[in-house]
Amino acid sequence: MTPDINFGFGLSKSSRINLDNADNEKFRELAAREPDILKCMACGSCAASCSAGNFTELNLRKIILMLTRGAEKETVRQLESCMFCGKCILVCPRGINTRHLIKSIREIYCRPCAEPETGNGI
Amino acid sequence: MIYEGKKRIWSEYQKEIPEDNYFYVRSCIRQNFFPASEKTFLDIVRNRLGKDFFETQHHTTCGGIAYHSDAIPQETVMTIIARQFALMTEAGYKNYACSCITSFGLYTETMETWKLFPELEAKIREILWKTCHKEFRIPENLAHASDIIYKFRNMIAEKAAYRLVNVKTGKPLRVVEHIGCHYAKMFPSRGVGGAEYPYVLAGMIESWGGEVIDYPERRHCCGFGFRQYLVKANRGYSLSNTHKKFESMAPFKPDMIITNCPGCPYFMDRWQYVISELEGKTYGENGYGIPVFTYEEVAGLVLGYDPWDLGLQMHQVAVEPLLDKMGIKYDPAKKYLGENGKYIGKPQMPRFIKCC
Repeated sequence: MTPDINFGFGLSKSSRINLDNADNEKFRELAAREPDILKCMACGSCAASCSAGNFTELNLRKIILMLTRGAEKETVRQLESCMFCGKCILVCPRGINTRHLIKSIREIYCRPCAEPETGNGI
Repeated sequence: MIYEGKKRIWSEYQKEIPEDNYFYVRSCIRQNFFPASEKTFLDIVRNRLGKDFFETQHHTTCGGIAYHSDAIPQETVMTIIARQFALMTEAGYKNYACSCITSFGLYTETMETWKLFPELEAKIREILWKTCHKEFRIPENLAHASDIIYKFRNMIAEKAAYRLVNVKTGKPLRVVEHIGCHYAKMFPSRGVGGAEYPYVLAGMIESWGGEVIDYPERRHCCGFGFRQYLVKANRGYSLSNTHKKFESMAPFKPDMIITNCPGCPYFMDRWQYVISELEGKTYGENGYGIPVFTYEEVAGLVLGYDPWDLGLQMHQVAVEPLLDKMGIKYDPAKKYLGENGKYIGKPQMPRFIKCC
C-alpha cells in the first residue's frame, strides 16, 4: 500500500526464511540423485578456488546452503557462470564430485529451461 | 552432576541488590518520552516503601548517546561518569542507582575497564581533578532502577490495588517483557538472570499476576540502536527491527508489553503507528495497537495510581483497552488535562491505528 505520509524511510524486506514454508521437493530429488550433497560442511573451499567465482557471483557453498533452505531462485541463476573446470572437485575435503553435482542441480532446477516450449531444433 | 553445574552457573547470574540508601540518577531522555516514570519510581520507593533515595540537580547526562554514536571518545565519557561518581561520594552514598539502561551499560563498562586498566582510571582521576576539582569513590554497588523494583516486587504485590489479570475472564494477562540490550547482553553477570534468562521483568510480571509470553524474537533488539535512528535515512533499519519483533509476537496475542530501557518502550510504541501507516497493519485487538509500558508505569498501575498522573496519555498506542481489562477506573475526559487541569492539547488521530 502507498502511505499518505512520507516518513523519509521505510521497512526493509526481511531476509528471514521460514523453513516450514520452504518447498524442498526438488532438493529431495537432488539429494536422491547426489547423496554426497549431504556431506557438504560449507567450508567454502569450492568457492575460494573457483575461477568463475573471481569474476562473477558464482559461489557453490552459498548455492548448496540456499538450496537446503528451499531458496533457489537467485542461486541457480549463478550456476550459468560455471565453466565445469572441475577445480572445486580437487579441493573438496569431503570428496564430493562437485562438477557432477552442479550438472545435476542445473538439470533438476532448470528443467523448464531445458525443455523450451518452442524448440528451434538446435 | 549437570544439575549441580547449572545451579552453579545460575548462582553467578544472581545479583546483589542493596535494600536501601541509594544515590539515584535520572535518564536524560526518559523524562521527555515517559515523563512520569521516574517521578513515580521515586514516589513508590520513598513514600510507599520508605526507602532512602537521594538525587541532586547537579547530575548531568552520562554521555551515552554521544558515545554510542561516535561523537565523543571513551575518555570523555569516563570523565563525565567520574564526575557523577564524585557527586555520589560528596553526598555520602555508596549504592548507585540509575534509571537508564544506556547509562547502566556505560557505568558497567567503565567500572570494568578501570578494573582491567588501572592506569586509565588514574588518568581519569587526574583529568577530573584538573577540570572540576573533584575526587570520587567507585560505587560499591551499581543497580538499575528495574533491579530495585524487582527486589521489592512482592512488597508491591502485597500493596496492589489491581493485578495483571483480566477482570472479565479472571485469566492472567499475557505480557511480553523486553529487556534493554545494554542491561545484560554486555555484562551478563550484572543483570538478574544474565543475558540468556533475564528475569528482572519476568519476576515482576509473575509477582503481579500476569503470564510471561515466550516468542521467537523475544531477545531481539527493539530497534533503538543509536546509529539506526539518529540518521533519518537509516531509520528503516530501526523500523524493520521493531516490525520483526511485532510479527513474531503477534500470533501469541499479547495484552501488553513491559520494558526497562528508555528507547525500547518509545520505539515499540511509536513505530506501531508508523507500521500502521506504511502497511495498514495493527497488532492489538479491534484495530488498536499493543500498549507498551515502562516497569514504573506498570508498578504505578498495580499500586492504583491514576493512569493520567502516570503520563499514559503521552503514549502513541492507546492504553485504555488494557486499563479496561485490568478493571482500572479512569476518567476519559481528563486524558488531555495536565497539571491543575490545564488542557495540554489532543493529538490528531491516525489513519489506521485506533486511538481512544
